[in-house]
Amino acid sequence: MADHGPDKGIKRWLYTTNHKDIGTMYLIFSLVMFFIGGSMALVIRTELMQPGLQFVHPEFFNQMTTMHALIMVFGAVMPAFVGLANWMIPMMIGAPDMALPRMNNWSFWILPVAFGILLSTLFMPGGAPASGWTMYPPLVLQTGDAFPFLIFSVHLMGISSIMGAINIIVTILNMRAPDMWLLKMPMFVWTWLITAYLLIAVMPVLAGAVTMLLTDQFFGTSFFLAAGGGDPVMFQHIFWFFGHPEVYIMILPAFGVVSEIIPTFSRKPLFGHDSMVYAASCIAFLSFIVWAHHMFTVGMPLSGQLFFMFATMLIAVPTGVKIFNWIGTMWRGSLTFETPMLFALAFVFLFTIGGFSGVMLAMVPADIQYHDSYFVVAHFHYVLVPGSIFSLFAAAYYWLPKWTGHMYNETAGKLHFWLSTFFVNLTFFPMHFLGLAGMPRRIPDYSTQFADFNWMASVGAIGFGLSQLIFVYVLLTCKKGAKATDRVWEAPKGLEWTVPSPAPYHTFDTPPVKRVAQEAFE
Amino acid sequence: MMRKLLCSVPGLVWAGAASADYAVNMPKGVTELSAETYEIHMLAFWWCVAIGVVVFGAMLYSLVKHRKSKGVQPADFSHSTMAEVVWTALPCFILLFMAVPAAETMIKLEDSRDPDMSVVVTGYQWRWHYDYQDSDIAFYSSLAESSLKARRLESGIDPYSVENYLLEVDNPLVVPVGAKVRVLLTSNDVLHAWWVPDLAIKKDAIPGIINETWFKADVAGTYRGQCAELCGKDHGYMPVVVEVLEADAYAEWIAGQTADTTGSNE
Repeated sequence: MADHGPDKGIKRWLYTTNHKDIGTMYLIFSLVMFFIGGSMALVIRTELMQPGLQFVHPEFFNQMTTMHALIMVFGAVMPAFVGLANWMIPMMIGAPDMALPRMNNWSFWILPVAFGILLSTLFMPGGAPASGWTMYPPLVLQTGDAFPFLIFSVHLMGISSIMGAINIIVTILNMRAPDMWLLKMPMFVWTWLITAYLLIAVMPVLAGAVTMLLTDQFFGTSFFLAAGGGDPVMFQHIFWFFGHPEVYIMILPAFGVVSEIIPTFSRKPLFGHDSMVYAASCIAFLSFIVWAHHMFTVGMPLSGQLFFMFATMLIAVPTGVKIFNWIGTMWRGSLTFETPMLFALAFVFLFTIGGFSGVMLAMVPADIQYHDSYFVVAHFHYVLVPGSIFSLFAAAYYWLPKWTGHMYNETAGKLHFWLSTFFVNLTFFPMHFLGLAGMPRRIPDYSTQFADFNWMASVGAIGFGLSQLIFVYVLLTCKKGAKATDRVWEAPKGLEWTVPSPAPYHTFDTPPVKRVAQEAFE
Repeated sequence: MMRKLLCSVPGLVWAGAASADYAVNMPKGVTELSAETYEIHMLAFWWCVAIGVVVFGAMLYSLVKHRKSKGVQPADFSHSTMAEVVWTALPCFILLFMAVPAAETMIKLEDSRDPDMSVVVTGYQWRWHYDYQDSDIAFYSSLAESSLKARRLESGIDPYSVENYLLEVDNPLVVPVGAKVRVLLTSNDVLHAWWVPDLAIKKDAIPGIINETWFKADVAGTYRGQCAELCGKDHGYMPVVVEVLEADAYAEWIAGQTADTTGSNE
């Protein structure tokens, strides 16, 4: 029974309950979404290359910004991390599979449906949603026929995320190898455990918010309609109560990935493992009490603004601890610079820049100037692109030999890294200047004084987009690479490196014995 | 294209020192609070630079010195209580240095008592309406004709040939210099936000709610901004223009407005 292999053909993928198959599907799905969302970004940047409208109408431009964000957040970044969790968590804790394998299949297969629905809105009368991914009423209620489909697809994404999160928590808490007590867990497992709790806490909040939008539109309620006694600002409070933890849902697993990779290529244990765990938990807690810093211009009481300012600034402390710990890990290590390490190092550099602008954004008087300007666009793209996305590339290069049994093309990987890093900065760094000079976000055209930096950002975006084709090339040619050893790298720690490469269809049918487990961790 | 490429690349590198064509920083503005906001922005910026120098410096040192190719044997330490306490506590103090001045400015920014005049600003898709509370003056303020023509897809008009492209209106908000102007904001349809960088104020215009902010411009001049909250397809086409006039010019303007009843209160 333990040795049965996968089904043949399409049935393998449709019916699979295998964590590796499901992980692969999640990862491929997110890569497809990354390219779809990316091409929308290129529509945006092409239009913004020069002042004046050249290519698209403002309506379509707004559809592109909205869809780009929804697809990148819910379709690319989140499923990619769930894919990594599926592949790696069972192998890292010595479990045979995820705890709830059938639900695992279901939580993946909901996603193509959800995004099929979302993408189909592009062809509906009135076009795709165009009110920004934040879906603020009353504007979102002006969406055409796409409106109920938007709500339904968000519901489906939420259901998928909640099921994925439940599965991860149950797996981690119940199926660890003997003697792997909680504080012995690898950082990637830890950060995902915390992320999964965040998901369970906030996805229902988002579902509630969009359901209220639905009833406001179709069933005569007035949750957010001033004319009926409702409050448009209440939606923003509810949305950001989801939205701020959501930001950490997209970055905590990235912290985990980087915390796996830096020790391997520094040939030194992770500095301050336990303080990393406490810092991540602290960030997760703080993420629930800072939501209104997204709303400093809506008109809050002074005391409210001050509270949210102080709470937000506090996040810099545990985040700083993480960055110092990574540097502490590298300090007096024996460093080499393979592609995963390069992406991890760029993550630490560039995420920190995003963190700096984050601290600046916390200061209310300054935030009143930054709010809804390109400064904010620069900030969140710095934490999401060279942050989350770079950590995903790092993870892919790091574990690809374990997944496929072959080494990827290191030259192509390094080329991918250097081009991505150059272009990501060319794209997003000038946006800081644009925002400070007064360019609002989400506009299809701008005054001529903003022309030069916009042109630069557009060139960068096109370069960044094209550079990602190298990644596809690396994936497609991976099979031709040299055979990978079981350990793959010189000094990796963790149970995943004790199984063969490629990892067999079933691993850890029996829990790893104490000795193996200890060697892997210590 | 080539000319732009040649200008842009060094422009990115030397942005700080570049020519006046590049606005790379927040404007200092023309009010007491815009100057304070600028100071807070620069305070946060320089703290970030200082921390960046230390953090990135340590990291770069490690990247250069602790390479395997230099034959370095890895150490095996994995924690240091002393270091961890220091780098947890120190940021808390640095944050205090930033938080205190920010809070002080915040308190002033929220104090809109005793205004010299009040204007109700109402957001519409896609223009502004200004209603002076101390007189009968009220009018809409829409994107200027010149920009309106040039902004169309394939308009054939070069935006560079239009003065203040997308930042010009038919009827600007006119206020006297040195007066404390209370701005009351609301909206007739969806959310908008009224932003003038030189006055350092941005506040949302929300249907069913009246928001309040204020400014006191110390220098006469024309100050331009834009709607900052996505409000639909023409969100990019509802600029805010505030004209700050000397007392006598303002009195003249008022007289002109009250005499000319055809142009106002439509």
